[in-house]
Amino acid sequence: MDFSNKYVVGFAVVLCLVCAAAVSVLAVELKPQQEANMLLDRRTNVLRVAGVLETGETRTAEEINAFFEDGRIEYLVVERASGKVVDDPSTIEGIDSAESFDATKWAKDNAKNDQLTSPIDPAYKETQMRVVPAYLQVIKVTTDEVDCLVLPIQGYGLWSTLRGYLAVSRDLSHVIGITYYEHGETPGLGGEVDNPSWKAQFPGKEIYGDQGEPILEVKKSGMVTEPSHQVDGMAGATITTDGVDLMLEFWLGDGGYGPYLKAQRGDA
Amino acid sequence: MDKETKRILLDPLHLKNPITLQVLGICSALAVTTKLETALVMSAALTFVLTSSNTVISLLRNRIPGSIRIITQLAIIASLVIVADQVMKAYAFGVYKQLSVFVGLIITNCIVMGRAEAFAMANPPLKSALDGFANSMGYAAILLYVGFFRELFGSGKILGFPVLEATNAGGWYVPNGLLVLSPGAFFLIGLLIWVQRSLSTELVEETN
Repeated sequence: MDFSNKYVVGFAVVLCLVCAAAVSVLAVELKPQQEANMLLDRRTNVLRVAGVLETGETRTAEEINAFFEDGRIEYLVVERASGKVVDDPSTIEGIDSAESFDATKWAKDNAKNDQLTSPIDPAYKETQMRVVPAYLQVIKVTTDEVDCLVLPIQGYGLWSTLRGYLAVSRDLSHVIGITYYEHGETPGLGGEVDNPSWKAQFPGKEIYGDQGEPILEVKKSGMVTEPSHQVDGMAGATITTDGVDLMLEFWLGDGGYGPYLKAQRGDA
Repeated sequence: MDKETKRILLDPLHLKNPITLQVLGICSALAVTTKLETALVMSAALTFVLTSSNTVISLLRNRIPGSIRIITQLAIIASLVIVADQVMKAYAFGVYKQLSVFVGLIITNCIVMGRAEAFAMANPPLKSALDGFANSMGYAAILLYVGFFRELFGSGKILGFPVLEATNAGGWYVPNGLLVLSPGAFFLIGLLIWVQRSLSTELVEETN
């Protein structure tokens, strides 16, 4: 079949318009549902790391959302350097609410934040974050059984940026749990960071030493000497293990949540 | 059912199976079959995309200019894949996260392009839809077979329910780690091709 050039161009244009229109309409229509899913996913992760939900335990969306609506879970925005809680986060440019606040994304979008140019802590460089946000999110979880702080953490492993949560007890004496909800490490090796049996080593580990220095560490597999605050690394995944170790050192140190956590300890 | 419809429906399941005979779509057959659930959802997504892309392309077959037919097919397939991807993101978020990029990669799945080019461009819509559906079933059959054995022997479960009590959950079964990794899928597909060719000797190529 022979078609004129005009027809070919016309056909291509019409096809593109029809496809684009169909895809756009669908994407816009489904967006609210997708956003609800993502919010629910984040909330489920918070509940899991805080130990409100057991591993493998599932709840309906209503039950999960209920935790967040009746004040049992409270989102805070904290100034990183001073450790002070921001009274009204919506006064800061680019922050809508404490819950939707994504520190990393905010740091990328808002050039004004104080980039950590002179590293307080050398570990900062190893987490491979170009900028460290001036404000951080902290999640307070207070239920009948659980009383803890959930801290969003992130850092580099072997291939990917790992993003997750670290939950610590309110008196900062020990870890409640850790979870990674996003990573691209090798399945079966570094990907074991999201294996429940590996994560199960964290609860109960001590976080700070006598001088208030972070002592929680992940050691190379089989090299644990002080099990009170050391976690056995993943076999065959040295670099991911190191990544998790540095992440903990950085976020618990002065360059991360340190100032805020110190202030909390003063209160307690 | 007349002979031709039967042939369109049954050939892709056995004698012209897209995976074991034409060796197309191997990438996703390896990647999403560590668990039966992901294999099922992936099969459903492919069935939707392939059946509708064959239908749409067949409807347009006399209007598509030969000089831009491949990109036309690709645009249609890509749009349908985005539809599948977005719908899953909205209604099956848990599985969507596990399948991650592989739903999007249906665009490059050779089976879809292959059927569009080889069948839908030359046949009426109803037949093309049947052909798309039948080929999806051929693909799904292999995915479910591989997914079943990989999940059963790789982690001792079926659809997430423990069948063989694995040692890491306090049972007796030592999971076969090889089956969780991609080579495990290769072995399973290889074994199936062997069985298939032993049963139907006409499939064996002549040696020279």
